Amino acid sequence: MSVLINADTKVLVQGITGRDGAFHTAQMLEYGTQVVGGVTPGKGGQEIHGLPVFNSVPEAVDATGADTSVIYVPAKFAKAAMLEAAESDIKLLVTITEGIPTLDVLEAYEVLQEKGIRMIGPNCPGLITPGACKIGIMPGAIHTPGKVGVISRSGTLTYEIVKELTDAGLGQSTCIGIGGDPIIGSKFIDLLPLFEEDPDTDIIVMVGEIGGQDEVEAAEYVSKHMKKKVIGFVAGLTAPPGRRMGHAGAIVGGEDDTAAAKIDKLQGYGIPVARLIRDVAPLVEQAL
Amino acid sequence: MKIHEYQAKGLFEAFGIPITPGDVASTASEAEALVESLGLPVVVKAQVHVGGRGKAGGVKIVDNLEDVAPTAKRILGLTIKELPVRKVLLTPAVHIATEVYLSILIDRGSRGVVFIGCADGGVEIEETAKTNPEKILRLACSVRELLDLPREKALPFARKLFADANLAEQAVDIMIKMARLFIEKDCALVEINPLIVDDQNKVIALDAKLLLDDNALFRHPELENLRDMDAEDPDELDAKAMGLSFIRLEGRIGCMVNGAGLAMATMDTIKHFGGEPANFLDVGGSSDPKKVVAAFRTILKDPDVQVILINIFGGITRCDDIAKGILASLEEMEVKVPIVIRLIGTNQEAGQALLEGTDLITAGTLEEGATKAAKIGGAA
Repeated sequence: MSVLINADTKVLVQGITGRDGAFHTAQMLEYGTQVVGGVTPGKGGQEIHGLPVFNSVPEAVDATGADTSVIYVPAKFAKAAMLEAAESDIKLLVTITEGIPTLDVLEAYEVLQEKGIRMIGPNCPGLITPGACKIGIMPGAIHTPGKVGVISRSGTLTYEIVKELTDAGLGQSTCIGIGGDPIIGSKFIDLLPLFEEDPDTDIIVMVGEIGGQDEVEAAEYVSKHMKKKVIGFVAGLTAPPGRRMGHAGAIVGGEDDTAAAKIDKLQGYGIPVARLIRDVAPLVEQAL
Repeated sequence: MKIHEYQAKGLFEAFGIPITPGDVASTASEAEALVESLGLPVVVKAQVHVGGRGKAGGVKIVDNLEDVAPTAKRILGLTIKELPVRKVLLTPAVHIATEVYLSILIDRGSRGVVFIGCADGGVEIEETAKTNPEKILRLACSVRELLDLPREKALPFARKLFADANLAEQAVDIMIKMARLFIEKDCALVEINPLIVDDQNKVIALDAKLLLDDNALFRHPELENLRDMDAEDPDELDAKAMGLSFIRLEGRIGCMVNGAGLAMATMDTIKHFGGEPANFLDVGGSSDPKKVVAAFRTILKDPDVQVILINIFGGITRCDDIAKGILASLEEMEVKVPIVIRLIGTNQEAGQALLEGTDLITAGTLEEGATKAAKIGGAA
């Protein structure tokens, strides 16, 4: 099983001829992901890494049977790319691009919702089901198949935590980077039910940060509706208020969205929270 | 990005949202001169990027001409929450019959654009939301209807703000214009607090607060010009121009990290082991050695920095590129403080090999690096 993606997932790359798109297509292919084609408007008919390039997403989906698309196009063109993906029959859209105007993200989210297409990101590393399918930019080698699900708002911080898990012999079912923007297509609360239902997942690690109330909303959901255990981590205890800490969504707006307040709330809902990255794996082991 | 009230009111005027006339002054004599055209009584309002101006003495009504210059001078001499007041807005004082709260914003929780209203104006809306949540009105809007908000959609909401039909119609006009301003200028927040009814039964925006989406500034060069350079840290702006995300803090341990979440976690770890971070710095996802040089330059501008902790988990970022950037930095500038480095991930062997023979203090894990840095940088 696994969550959202597996060895059968057929992936299209939007922006496949760009620098990042081309590089990560090669990385995904090397990992074993079934990348079936790419899209760059105006470059249809070309080939890259042995894959066909199409002018539009619907055309590419018709020709390849792709069910998932991943976007690497620059922020300026990301809205058009997301809306074009919404015109096709894909089931899952992953947007890696950072710095997309928030109202562009919101409009795309509204349209994708109407079409029933799940959206991951933007401003995220993507998602991976170790040993089966990697969609995004994360280093594949640190992951190993197993039973721990990971959902995170961050990129490199997730790599740290995944590496700790792998080093401790704790493999992962699926790891999803949901993105660091204020508006994202899938929040913790949207994905937790999928991990709860996934027979390959025994426990979930939720990696949050300052800004917003998503972690708290998720923790309440966990306490009311989930049987599987969730372990938390919240970055930004030392973040000053009112400052945007790199991620567009990582800003302490009031007293409720500080890391300390979130850690308190998570613990209040019965979720063990790791204070240091190295504490995550031991907490997972304890809970299992 | 924050803009000042007078700048926001400029945008209100351009979009047809009724405001009181007014102008800004940087000196007491300029303020006095403005009163000739604005008349008396006049309100003198500090233009500064923080809330709570009124409580801090930054907003005063003046009835006599001889009081204008001293009042303006006093407000221009204020520092409110560490920000010096450099401009005051002067606007005629109006009679307030009724005041309400009205805003449109991007709501993270519901993932949508919403109007927020409250029939009690001039209040701290967050406070009211906690103490009297039933008083808060919400109207969710689709992004696609903002350019031309349907009257019939806005009217029921406006009627809850103003029982009077004529006032509600005026509020609908204002909501339609706010929605257009919101979408056309890529705002994160447009807030009118208070929105008032004057003695002529006219609905007017007495205050204006506007937040712009930083991610969208690329398509609004005219708004980028509204940035208040006095309210910005020049080093932070320089770092931004070089593609770094940098925020100055109080401690002594300079940080250089790839990725925002990891940069925050690195700061937290330093603190846990008794140190204090001097900054937040995310070198970003690419692996351009030039960015590392720029990062060194930025960190070393801070005379308090006693040690630098570099924490890199290579993904897109390649460790050898980071190492090249470090070597170039050591060649280009005199780095007098010790450097602790933890470098793993993509191409880590190549990166570590490049750094062999340097004085860098290596660490295998973040915790080890943070401990070493905290020991050198000392608990403050």
